[in-house]
Amino acid sequence: MTFAIDARGLRKRFGRTEVLSGLDLAVPAGTVFALLGPNGAGKTTTINILTTLVRADSGTALVAGHDVVADAEGVKERIGLTGQSAAVDEVLTGTENLVMMARLSGLGRRAARDRAAELLERFDLVEAAGRRVGTYSGGMRRRLDLALSLIVAPAVLFLDEPTTGLDTRSRQELWSVIRSLAGAGTTVFLTTQYLEEADRLADRIAVLDRGRVAAEGTADELKARIGGDVVELRDADGELLLELPTDGSVHGLRAAIDELDHAPAAAAAGVAVSIRRPSLDDVFLAITARGAASASPELLEAK
Amino acid sequence: MTTMTAMTTPARPRLGAFTAESTFISRSFIHSVRDVEALLMAVVLPTMLMLMFTWIFGNAIDPSGGYVDYVVPGIILLCAGFGASSTAISVSRDMTTGIIDRFRTMPIRSGAVLTGHVVASLARNLVATAVVIAVALLVGFRPVATPLEWLAVVGVVALYILAITYLFAAIGLAASTPEAASGFGFILLFLPYVSSAFVPVETMPEWLQWIAENQPITPVIETIRALLMGTPLGDSAWWAIGWCLGIIAVSMVWGAWLFLRKAGRR
Repeated sequence: MTFAIDARGLRKRFGRTEVLSGLDLAVPAGTVFALLGPNGAGKTTTINILTTLVRADSGTALVAGHDVVADAEGVKERIGLTGQSAAVDEVLTGTENLVMMARLSGLGRRAARDRAAELLERFDLVEAAGRRVGTYSGGMRRRLDLALSLIVAPAVLFLDEPTTGLDTRSRQELWSVIRSLAGAGTTVFLTTQYLEEADRLADRIAVLDRGRVAAEGTADELKARIGGDVVELRDADGELLLELPTDGSVHGLRAAIDELDHAPAAAAAGVAVSIRRPSLDDVFLAITARGAASASPELLEAK
Repeated sequence: MTTMTAMTTPARPRLGAFTAESTFISRSFIHSVRDVEALLMAVVLPTMLMLMFTWIFGNAIDPSGGYVDYVVPGIILLCAGFGASSTAISVSRDMTTGIIDRFRTMPIRSGAVLTGHVVASLARNLVATAVVIAVALLVGFRPVATPLEWLAVVGVVALYILAITYLFAAIGLAASTPEAASGFGFILLFLPYVSSAFVPVETMPEWLQWIAENQPITPVIETIRALLMGTPLGDSAWWAIGWCLGIIAVSMVWGAWLFLRKAGRR
């Protein structure tokens, strides 16, 4: 298997806080990989290291086969980055932004204009093409931002929380673009705090917790890790009253249902019981909670 | 587990020698032209100051009516200062929005973005200076310079604009927000008042005289005054060139250091 990103033992400290403490990542080429984690888990720092913006204190990282420190230029020639704050020029128009970036990507004047027109079409920005980006909505900015990263199809595309702050429609539009990119062979590395996004979009997911990867696998593998189905109790309006995780065995399921007998909520009129597969939310909570329990003795030792 | 050692994906095409620079220069030009308010301020404010000094204060300072000839060199520098100060704000804006990270992750000399700001500032301020001189001629400014001396004036003014622009660019890099950049810049704009720009240094209190005589703006003004009005040049020109080159060198080193240090640290 070939890896588009191969990072080993990345450590990074800012002042007294250790943001990354031995991060390992292996992202197969041509896949969508989601780095999932709460705010402050080190997601952006990871992206900054992989895109050569920041140097790790120790550890190595190869992106598209090139070392991010020893051959930063080689990496820069093969990646695209769409950061958290939309990296667009607000004074320029949509077309001018794209032409500028195309010129900086080595296209001639003519080719730059053609490429800009193509991307405006593809990202549904034709009508706004001549307007200053300062007047764009959040969703339009993100689309332009993404278009700017795709002037020359990158081998690896980094997206730092691409849909944060977007409405549902814009988010789904962006998802479909990302999916089609991956279909065309681009490796997509994205960070997100939305579990649904990782679930729907990513081939593989890594859960980042306290600067290292706490769990990694496909969404199904991660769900399987925490065991079996979840028993839910909802009232007549569909409002969730109770959630009981099980270990997946018949015995476990029966134990959960027995527990419902003792729950006062279950006695009300119109309540309904259902059984569902565990969601990524359950996985996430289980992993990060376990991390907290196992991390605290280490912290004490360190002192 | 093998890593892709031989990537099949094509890399971006290599850039021509100055493509990045010329692209950023035209970007900064567009920025300058679209920021109509800043452009107007850069011309209107110095012009108003000049009219104020010649018509309101002028007769009190020099009842013979020749004050306009004394004050114009100072107004020219003041004008350059106003125009260049907006460089600090544009640079700071680039650094605080995500766009600089995009440039940095591309295979280009990302310092070229600063070159763009500096060149645009030079062009903008030379135009503003020309307007200010034109207005000065209308209100009675009568220089005695030969064409060659005029050329030298343009050279000195351009050098001064470059020096102060590089300084403002570095301030823009150092400031945490565009607002802070604008605030720091404002302090610098007071320097011309403590120089020979508006009144002769001899009329100031002694301790202030020392500052006024030994700060960079005085020799620049004396040089321009000598070239335009035929006052004695002395060694002012050397001091002026030395100061400007020194400021450019220090600002470039400081700016380069700030630029690298701020990488990815927003």
